[in-house]
Amino acid sequence: MAKVTIDGHLMEVPDGTTILNAARMMAEHHPELSANVPPAMCYYSKLEGSGGKCRTCLVQVTKGSEKDPRPMPKLVASCRTTVMDGMEVQNKLSPQVQDARKGVVEFLLLNHPLDCPVCDQAGECHLQDLGYEHGSQNTRYEFKRRTFEVEDIGDKVKLHMNRCILCYRCVFTANQITEGRVHGIINRGDHAEISTYIHQSIDNDFSGNVIDVCPVGALTDKTFRFKSRVWNTNPYNAHRECTNPKCNGHVVLWMAGNDILRVTARKDQWGEVESFICNECRFDKKSLGDWILEGPRKVDRHSVISGGHYNSLSDKKVLTKSTTFAVMEGSKKD
Amino acid sequence: MSTKLLLDKAHIAGIETFEIYRKEGGYRAAEKALKSMTPDEITEEVKKSGLRGRGGAGFPTGMKWSFLAKPEGVPRYLVCNADESEPGTFKDRFLMEKIPHLLVEGLIVSSFALGANTAYIYIRGEYAWIVHILEKAIAEAKNNGFLGKNILGTGFDLEIHVQRGAGAYICGEETALLESLEGKRGNPRIKPPFPAVKGLYGCPTVVNNVESIAAAVPIVNMTGDEYAKIGLGRSTGTKLISASGNINKPGVYEIVLGLSVEEFLMSDEYCGGMKNGKKLKACVPGGSSVPILPHDLLFKTANGETRLMTYESLSDGGFATGSMLGSGGFIVYDEDQCIVENTYNFTRFYRHESCGQCSPCREGTGWMEKLLWRLDNGQGKMEDIDLLWDIQRKIEGNTICPLGDAASWPVAAAIRHFREEFEWHVTHPKEAMERNYGLRKNIYVAPTTAGA
Repeated sequence: MAKVTIDGHLMEVPDGTTILNAARMMAEHHPELSANVPPAMCYYSKLEGSGGKCRTCLVQVTKGSEKDPRPMPKLVASCRTTVMDGMEVQNKLSPQVQDARKGVVEFLLLNHPLDCPVCDQAGECHLQDLGYEHGSQNTRYEFKRRTFEVEDIGDKVKLHMNRCILCYRCVFTANQITEGRVHGIINRGDHAEISTYIHQSIDNDFSGNVIDVCPVGALTDKTFRFKSRVWNTNPYNAHRECTNPKCNGHVVLWMAGNDILRVTARKDQWGEVESFICNECRFDKKSLGDWILEGPRKVDRHSVISGGHYNSLSDKKVLTKSTTFAVMEGSKKD
Repeated sequence: MSTKLLLDKAHIAGIETFEIYRKEGGYRAAEKALKSMTPDEITEEVKKSGLRGRGGAGFPTGMKWSFLAKPEGVPRYLVCNADESEPGTFKDRFLMEKIPHLLVEGLIVSSFALGANTAYIYIRGEYAWIVHILEKAIAEAKNNGFLGKNILGTGFDLEIHVQRGAGAYICGEETALLESLEGKRGNPRIKPPFPAVKGLYGCPTVVNNVESIAAAVPIVNMTGDEYAKIGLGRSTGTKLISASGNINKPGVYEIVLGLSVEEFLMSDEYCGGMKNGKKLKACVPGGSSVPILPHDLLFKTANGETRLMTYESLSDGGFATGSMLGSGGFIVYDEDQCIVENTYNFTRFYRHESCGQCSPCREGTGWMEKLLWRLDNGQGKMEDIDLLWDIQRKIEGNTICPLGDAASWPVAAAIRHFREEFEWHVTHPKEAMERNYGLRKNIYVAPTTAGA
């Protein structure tokens, strides 16, 4: 076990936990601390090797550990830095971190089109949340954005490369969840893009999960395109006996009246899929008779869909008073 | 003539063949190391020599070797970084072309010290013809019993493989190099773990520059203590400098560290002074990534001390008034060169070479390039200069690998030292398209904006 202090709050977490997960653990036990958790655009706890790329979760380590108290010279990616016993971390309290994060948001939005009014992801988009919270009102960028053609990758998935922030989540998903990966990143730098092998399309029974892991509207569900704004649909928990052994059939149905407009996996408070679902559940089961309804689903995540109004985290009070928490038994390890 | 340790025999005809190299005393270090020294003794000699990595960062080589994890039953690798792509640097090319056996011998000595039975030379794709030179040298060494199984009857086995890169600057970053060597996309890895613990194919690996590995040969021959006597202070030994730009004698020079910058630039033994009698405007002393120095800070530091060709003296004054020795790419600019255009050129390079993995570097380098193009072409605005400063500040230190820093530093230094020239480009757009600004007018004053 290692004692770590994040923004003045002390907690004991298992060895090998990352700073980000330590912050999430604190918030899981003490919801009032959820505003202190660094945002993550590329890290995904269910995908091995993810993280470290988007740089939105940068934090300042003001004390390395009990043994070596020197501060770390640079800001570190909290999703890929493990805690040491006695480590002290500043996130919300560090002006340097806030400044760097503002820079990262600006960089991410540089080439990202502001087409939220026609984007299916709007309302549940992590980049929208991030922009609300850390972005500037105006852009300082005066040049043409780089653009790509909209592409069909597979018969169920649409790729809007313009919106992609190159988080690599869909690449890790294809590697780790599906049978075989046929898409990846080609080219480099700001002309890098997601693409499939020539004339190949994504076609396997778990491919739809790339839509759920995409933090922005780069990968969208073709069966749901332009049907509704997400905040006009009502989410219900539901399940069915799925014959696919890798899928447990527990999903969220996004309904308008008695129509199922969209089926997604269930996501936790960090916006991560709880268990991945198969394409049959996602794309083919769109009538109520296919499902056993469990009841309405509450959306915890601070976003438009949580209640029609945008509740920015910065409106909530950030706890700065020092407190000490003990880790609860059975808390999740990274 | 000054001491030469690496290129002392480079002029001898036929030195690229095993026969001549051997006749001139080659492979003595390999024999000495394998027959009369233990691996730890060699590492100790390299530590004593004070040799610092010649690829740019200047990290002590012996220390790097001693960090190598040595778990039982796991192979260890030595990887030679010959992906020399830093603009202004071409020393490794010269060394490998002229005396390939020096590198092969260095690899034998280093591999033995590290306990590696496989060594790779990762060479930049554009050096296609050097691959053949190296492969020929490796084959010759093998035929003469210096490579392969049971070298010189000592029981030590070593194979050297040459792998060509595919033309990416980023693959010179050690973890991107390892990814590329494994056959993957050349994206830098997120550290830790460092290669010394988990490198090539997940095994402990040391990645060294060509020149660092070659320097192991004279160190073993003359002992670390003797090597440490050459040079000045913590900058020991000799260093290959690639001199280019508006000088009379561009080329690769082996210097003893501690030589004054003025002597290096002006004496006939080295660069031979400025070409066509022009005035010196600025100099990038260590490859395109390091901060540019204006003429009045090149020969003397801000404190008025003589600037020397050492790691310490070149970085004297930090980034406010100093620079870095880097990889030794010494680029000289005369009064007719435009700093804005040069900065644009460098930034264009970094934008093109960014791997695109992390946001600040991927997006920021492109933004800086567009702003610099605008400034260089007389379409810039005064705010662009401050904006550039702010962008580089937000890239620097916030990226996965040092490419972000390398892209930021030249922009920061150009604005810090040549702000008046940038402003002149905004206030005199027409004139800026027709003529160059010339030398900076003000003698050094404290920077108006905070240090990077």
